[in-house]
Amino acid sequence: MKGIYVEMENNMPVSKKTSSNLKSRKLLSKVFEGFFFLAIAFGILMLVLLLTNVVKTGLGWLSLDFITSLPSRFPKKAGIYSALVGSIWVMGLTFLFAFPLGVGTAIYLEEYSDKKKWFNNVLQVNIANLAGVPSIVYGILGLAVFVRLLAFERSILSGALTLALLILPVIIVSSQEALKAVPNELRHGSYALGVSKWLTITGVVLPYAMPGILTGTILAMSRAMGEAAPLIIVGAAGYIAFLPRSIMDSFTVLPIQIFNWTSRPQDEFQNIAAAGILVLLVLLLTANATAIFLRNKYEK
Amino acid sequence: MSKREPDKNIMRMHAQEKIIKTLLQTFSAVSIFVTIGIVVTLLWETLGFLREVSVFEFLFTTKWTPTLAPKHFGVLPIVVGTMMIALLSSIVSIPVGLGSAIYLSEFAPAKVRKVIKPILEILAGIPSIVYGFFALNFITPFLRGFFPEIEVFNALSAAIAVGIMTMPMVASLSEDAMKAVPKALREGAYALGATKLEVALNVVLPAAISNVISSFVLAISRAIGETMIVAIAAGANSTLTFNPLHSIQTMTGYMVNISMGDIQHGSVEYKTVFAVGLLLFLMTLLMNILARHIVSRYREEY
Repeated sequence: MKGIYVEMENNMPVSKKTSSNLKSRKLLSKVFEGFFFLAIAFGILMLVLLLTNVVKTGLGWLSLDFITSLPSRFPKKAGIYSALVGSIWVMGLTFLFAFPLGVGTAIYLEEYSDKKKWFNNVLQVNIANLAGVPSIVYGILGLAVFVRLLAFERSILSGALTLALLILPVIIVSSQEALKAVPNELRHGSYALGVSKWLTITGVVLPYAMPGILTGTILAMSRAMGEAAPLIIVGAAGYIAFLPRSIMDSFTVLPIQIFNWTSRPQDEFQNIAAAGILVLLVLLLTANATAIFLRNKYEK
Repeated sequence: MSKREPDKNIMRMHAQEKIIKTLLQTFSAVSIFVTIGIVVTLLWETLGFLREVSVFEFLFTTKWTPTLAPKHFGVLPIVVGTMMIALLSSIVSIPVGLGSAIYLSEFAPAKVRKVIKPILEILAGIPSIVYGFFALNFITPFLRGFFPEIEVFNALSAAIAVGIMTMPMVASLSEDAMKAVPKALREGAYALGATKLEVALNVVLPAAISNVISSFVLAISRAIGETMIVAIAAGANSTLTFNPLHSIQTMTGYMVNISMGDIQHGSVEYKTVFAVGLLLFLMTLLMNILARHIVSRYREEY
């Protein structure tokens, strides 16, 4: 010990050198921290630029008239009413198909299936793969199966079925997560009282998992609401000057109406496209805020 | 008599349980049928397409004019268009996403994290149509300041928008992976006198590398399948070009363009949608399998 002490004292220049090395290393660390922060700042800047660009272009054109008017060849008279109503029809129907199917599949996978069986493994891998399939491919499936094979034509029904299949993997995976988070003690307590498996699921497991399931479903629905590509392939129209009366009617939705306006060269159409985007973003932000609120309220 | 009643109840309960289980099993089979449906419809119409156009012409020639006489069906120009978008967008999404992830996981104070995470979630939740509008009305005019010769519709601005859209995915997947690295590893390095940067780059990043790289692959896969941004901002020029300032067409952009017009069911144009769709499906499937392979093959277990 003594020897080392002496050695250190004798080599003062060396220890000074390491301390100056530490200084430059710390400086380097700070510099890179700045770079990494810039990356985050770039993301935030883009969000701000995007929002200001849309608001600046569209806010002046957003009015009650715009929301309650049908589309028109004249930008000053054009409105988003038929697209808004179309979106509501499509989303409602999508929910009716996707929610029971998705939650049912999740219940089967988490509560019933024997995870050692190969079939259930295939199911799980298959769902993960489906989540990575581009949305436009679902549109092709919808075109071949719903529009042609089942002859639903270019209807709200075809569009909603296509979107339901698109968001099915998202709902399944998030519902599975919610079911996994239910403590096993609750199930065991219910079984100990002689309650059947299904009544345990509906009476104990599902109420506990419901906030998680709903959060996942809302996020999936808001994704479906912003989708345009699969519906274009399925044959949603860009110009619909009437309101749908049944699920077999042809239709348009907000993103497709916006796409239609964006692809026109005149400046005014860019303005109403931006106004349409504002309507869409307000709806999506409300949905997402509800989801986050649900998550924070019930997450313990 | 009253003794037999509970038995009946239990019998009914068992029967009910069985029915419910079968019903739920049927529900879960739907997702299998979706996959089968996708593969079968794509293959079926593609086979019909290949009866009219040779495989060689489809995969290896460089003229793509399915709607104009004389018709040519060489898919390469739109494949190159797709690749250009995928690669250019990854120049934005990968460094920015990774930098954000490192900052959030290793440097950011808890308060900053709390503010920034939801912002990234919002960025990820904005529909692609909105990014398309942004590319056309903001990014392209902005780029014109640097490249006056840039076309109204061009690959570069679409790719930048795709990069901004896929960046949050890289950031959140990479950050999750880095957060999952055990604290003990960091503390060991700090105890040896490492700086924050050295811990982040030499300890945490190598430990999380499999998930980080798989997030890069997933971002590129998303970019390949991205549709509305390129349909709005990249144009519809299907001649082969490698110049990102020019108007191009991607595989997805082509499918949208042809679907906007009136195509006859059963015509060759109709079938091209399926042939291009099959190619797109296979490309993204390969990338997704690759991503999963990287995670399972190179995972560091602690």
